[in-house]
Amino acid sequence: MNAIILTAIWGVVMMFGGVFIKRASVPKYWAIAGMVIILVANIMEFFGYTFFRIETRGMLQFDAFGLLFNTIAFACTLLYFMLNGRDIEKVGKNVSEYFALLFFILCGVAIASSFKTLLMLFLGIEIMSIPLYILTGSDKRNLKSTEASLKYFLMGAFSTGIMLMGIAFLYGGNTFASFYIDNLHLGTGKLPVMIGAGLVMLIVSMSFKVSAAPFHFWTPDVYDGAPTVFTSFMATIVKVAGFIAFIRLFQSSFGIMQEQWQTLVVIITAATLLIGNLTAVFQQSVKRMLAYSSIAQAGFMMLAIFALNDTAREGLLLYAAAYSLASIGLFAILIRMNDYTIQGFNGLAKKQPVLAITATVFLLSLTGIPLTAGFTAKFYMLLAALKTGNHLWLVILAVLCAAISAYYYFRIIQAMFFKEAEESEFVMDAPASFKWLLIVTSALIIILGLMPGLVIDWLYY
Amino acid sequence: MEIKWYIFLSVTLFCIGIAGALTRRNAIIIFMCIELMLNSVNLLLVAFSKMHLSGIAAKFPALATDAQLFVFFIMVVAAAEVSVGLAIIVMMYRNTHSVDINFLNRLKN
Repeated sequence: MNAIILTAIWGVVMMFGGVFIKRASVPKYWAIAGMVIILVANIMEFFGYTFFRIETRGMLQFDAFGLLFNTIAFACTLLYFMLNGRDIEKVGKNVSEYFALLFFILCGVAIASSFKTLLMLFLGIEIMSIPLYILTGSDKRNLKSTEASLKYFLMGAFSTGIMLMGIAFLYGGNTFASFYIDNLHLGTGKLPVMIGAGLVMLIVSMSFKVSAAPFHFWTPDVYDGAPTVFTSFMATIVKVAGFIAFIRLFQSSFGIMQEQWQTLVVIITAATLLIGNLTAVFQQSVKRMLAYSSIAQAGFMMLAIFALNDTAREGLLLYAAAYSLASIGLFAILIRMNDYTIQGFNGLAKKQPVLAITATVFLLSLTGIPLTAGFTAKFYMLLAALKTGNHLWLVILAVLCAAISAYYYFRIIQAMFFKEAEESEFVMDAPASFKWLLIVTSALIIILGLMPGLVIDWLYY
Repeated sequence: MEIKWYIFLSVTLFCIGIAGALTRRNAIIIFMCIELMLNSVNLLLVAFSKMHLSGIAAKFPALATDAQLFVFFIMVVAAAEVSVGLAIIVMMYRNTHSVDINFLNRLKN
């Protein structure tokens, strides 16, 4: 509850702060300060100090899983603010409003990681999405940004409609007239038509939100068109929060009748892995390639929805941390490049060795090379899928897709280290503090890779 | 009246909404179709709430009225979406002098 209340309050503070603060460089520090407060408050709630006690009639439940994910998401956001604060200022004039919207998104993230009823699921997902539509279109003069925003908005609203219809069918069909996900009383045996339809609609709309395969078509365009700073946020924290909501929804009442919908999830997972990895190979723009790679990583996270056991929950948290850290770091470097194509990375190692080496760590982590957090996270996902004991081919497919992903990630490494830059003058805005933050991020990735217990053990604290 | 007629009506409205959203090219009409989808859900939720009140949940009226409360939340969220969506459409009109989503194909290359 601490996180939900404080993020909402701080969003309002940032919004009205914009009226009084005239200098564009100030809101960044306010946002970082607020983020530190929220992170500390969330950790305190983890240890039992709740500032706000609000009777929610069990609609929200703050368990270790949700609070741990909140901590990861807030820590990543803090890092994101520190790395990208100056780039957010460059997007437009309304700097404090951008920060306010980011705080409102975090409020939605906190709801989506602690909901216990379908109502709160709907509200959390919507509070996450609506500010993102605005942020996607925040570069108002740029036609691509406008188009991305409109496309994202229409797709998002459409999938919301499908989700609501699914919720209505589940409510009408269940025998207890309940929205609480723990006691939907769906019965055992063959599903009634209404429950089945509702379940399929929920799976479809959640796949839209996390951009899983047959419903991923909006992702590359939106990620490409949005200002790069906000793509970074959208592709990491919001997407991972969608997965947390997905697993929370499906592990309770739906988990009992898993065999009835498992085939659908298996098809979605396999399609996401294949389409994400195969199309990423052909991309020339690094930004677009990262969009497709985020689809490919979503395929790996879908394995958690397929497995739904304890290992999957642990692995999803670890994946959230590993994927968010690596992508935020990589996007922060990408923002500073003049040229977003792979040729733009040529010869980076000679000019900015620190950036090149940290980018290599991020790319290795995304690929899943041992010693990095990405490897441990992928290992947990595959282990969880193996523990279910069926659909072994899915695990083999996932490993093959990880091998394909090495090709397009290593192309950037090759460009940075083994190719010469064409133009000689190459000005890049990379202050020392930025480099230190990148080093801290890559150190975190390696530490998490060596000691995954640092995250997972808190789940059983 | 039987519940099935309400279900038929809602599903029909929902399908009209989906068909419109997938086939029309005008951003505002797509937007109206999405609103139609949301409102058909509202109708269905209220109908289900009354169904549960006279059936399973007769002893627990608080449970059945949850759906009616849900409807208000859907209305609020739909209003928020309208304000954001119309702003985005106006922004697009300023840039392209059109609300035709066929203009949205520049991103594909």
